[in-house]
Amino acid sequence: MTAGAPLVEVTGLRQWFRVGGGFFGRQDTVRAVEDVSFAIARGEVLGLVGESGSGKSTLGRAVVRMSVPTAGTIRFEGRDITRLGRRALRPIRPRMQFIFQDPFASLNPRMTVRQIVGAPLAIQRPELDPAARAGRVAEALQTVELSPAHLDRYPHEFSGGQRQRIGIARALIMEPRFLVADEPVSALDVSIQAQILNLLIAVRQKLGLTMLFISHDLAVVGHLCDRVAVMYLGRIVEIAPTRALFRCLRHPYSQALFSAAPVADPTLRRPRILLTGDLPSPLAPPSGCAFRSRCRHALPACATAVPPLREAAPGHAVRCIRDDVALGPPG
Amino acid sequence: MSAAEALAPAPPAARPRSRAWRRFRRHRLALFGAAAIVVMVIAAAAGPWLIPFDPLHIDLRHRFQPPAGGGHLFGTDQLGRDLLIRLLMAGRISLTIGFAAMTVSTAFGTVVGITAGYYGGALRIALMRFVDAVLCFPQIFLLLVLAAFIQPSIATLTLIIGATSWMEVARVVEGQVRSLRERDFILAAETLGASGRYVMFRELLPNAIGPIIVAATLTVARAILMEAYVSFLGYGIQPPMASWGNMLNNAQEYLASAPWLAIFPGAAITLAVASFNFVGDGLRDALDARLDLH
Repeated sequence: MTAGAPLVEVTGLRQWFRVGGGFFGRQDTVRAVEDVSFAIARGEVLGLVGESGSGKSTLGRAVVRMSVPTAGTIRFEGRDITRLGRRALRPIRPRMQFIFQDPFASLNPRMTVRQIVGAPLAIQRPELDPAARAGRVAEALQTVELSPAHLDRYPHEFSGGQRQRIGIARALIMEPRFLVADEPVSALDVSIQAQILNLLIAVRQKLGLTMLFISHDLAVVGHLCDRVAVMYLGRIVEIAPTRALFRCLRHPYSQALFSAAPVADPTLRRPRILLTGDLPSPLAPPSGCAFRSRCRHALPACATAVPPLREAAPGHAVRCIRDDVALGPPG
Repeated sequence: MSAAEALAPAPPAARPRSRAWRRFRRHRLALFGAAAIVVMVIAAAAGPWLIPFDPLHIDLRHRFQPPAGGGHLFGTDQLGRDLLIRLLMAGRISLTIGFAAMTVSTAFGTVVGITAGYYGGALRIALMRFVDAVLCFPQIFLLLVLAAFIQPSIATLTLIIGATSWMEVARVVEGQVRSLRERDFILAAETLGASGRYVMFRELLPNAIGPIIVAATLTVARAILMEAYVSFLGYGIQPPMASWGNMLNNAQEYLASAPWLAIFPGAAITLAVASFNFVGDGLRDALDARLDLH
């Protein structure tokens, strides 16, 4: 899956935020994303998993340049877009789109579906005549299986799943090459989740989309993604082809994360790896390996330096100094 | 909620506008204010055609006619001019200045507020400190100083009042925009490559319209009051043209002998200002976006 030049290439990406400050407060730096590197080949779907606060959303937003990265580079279609300004990004924007997690916050409540889905055309192709625009909007709605009767309604008249379809239609109307989906189904009812996922799978095939799929649902990731990256406290701790990762988990955090995933069979009891404590504050991450404060396998050496991401098997990289903690297929 | 209610099918979601109207209707004073404004506007616009007097016609034989005397419904002033027609002509001027100054100050305040709120950073600090600085001037003195230098007319008074009353709107809009700025739908527009102008006026402004309308309504009340002040002090609308303010000024000397000369313009100012304030209050409740969430 790595043949040809990657569509998206991220190297050493850091995204820090300043918090506090002002006149009296102490200023701190949240290191939401620390030294992240990965590449996504054309047509590939990379899954990004991790618990809340691990920096997955921040990373996804930085990759489509919703923010200005603190350090590192982002290459899209071979071009460095890390420092491009608003004007320079404008022609690139239609080719990389974003699906938001919360369908209740991502649609302008004062706009009709027609305006929301047509917004990319209004912004990017203002010369388009109204008939052509209406045609493309109708087409986009058809792709996401929404009725044209909904065109003049407002977002609050729709259910969560329908709203998410509207958001997907908006992202797809410009026929992007690359799509970042930031937990697109986690705000939806379970019964609706499958519909939206099937929709995403269908459009991926139809448009040959390359995707960064952010989720904390491992079953969904396993179903949808070609490769998976596990994030912990701003860093990728393990990255591998989906099949290889699900067969053999090499990072203690991945093991804990996977063992926490529910299984549909209530009679099945698996050994759980329970993590104690909370995610450490990204304001003051532990020295060395950020996971050592909750790790069962931690050694004194874990505190000295951040372990490098090393290739433990072909295509399977892990950020752990121990080689002996690999966990076979669960169950 | 009873069981029957709970089981009944939910009514179709009402559009925000009709829900706002329903809330506004519950506000009695606001309804009264709205009605009073409509009556005043119609009276000022059409009334003078229906009254067979000239607002500038001096008739010294019929000075100080009390109300309802000699065919003059509201009486006459010290020069024998019909008070009702003068009141209506003055109403035209006061209401015109009120609405026009509101338009000027709302437009300017909105642009300042939306720019400060959207771009943030140093620009926001500069603009909002400028707002604070202008707010530090006592408005009435600023108004009098400006009016002393500039030949008073409806247009110049409008501009002067507008120039001293846009800060409220700017603050309201800035706060609103700053809270909307990081919402996902704004980020969505940005990832589509939208220009700053598009985001500000197509995405943000429609979501800030409620507070803007409220502030604008209250600005009308204040502008009418300002015009009355300035004209009362002799810097505004110049006699023989009538304005509610300069009519009050005229009436001062005759408070004991012809109190109606002060009562009618005073009542007109009070009614106009109170009505706009009531409507503003009602709109504040009706357009409160938080009530639209459920």
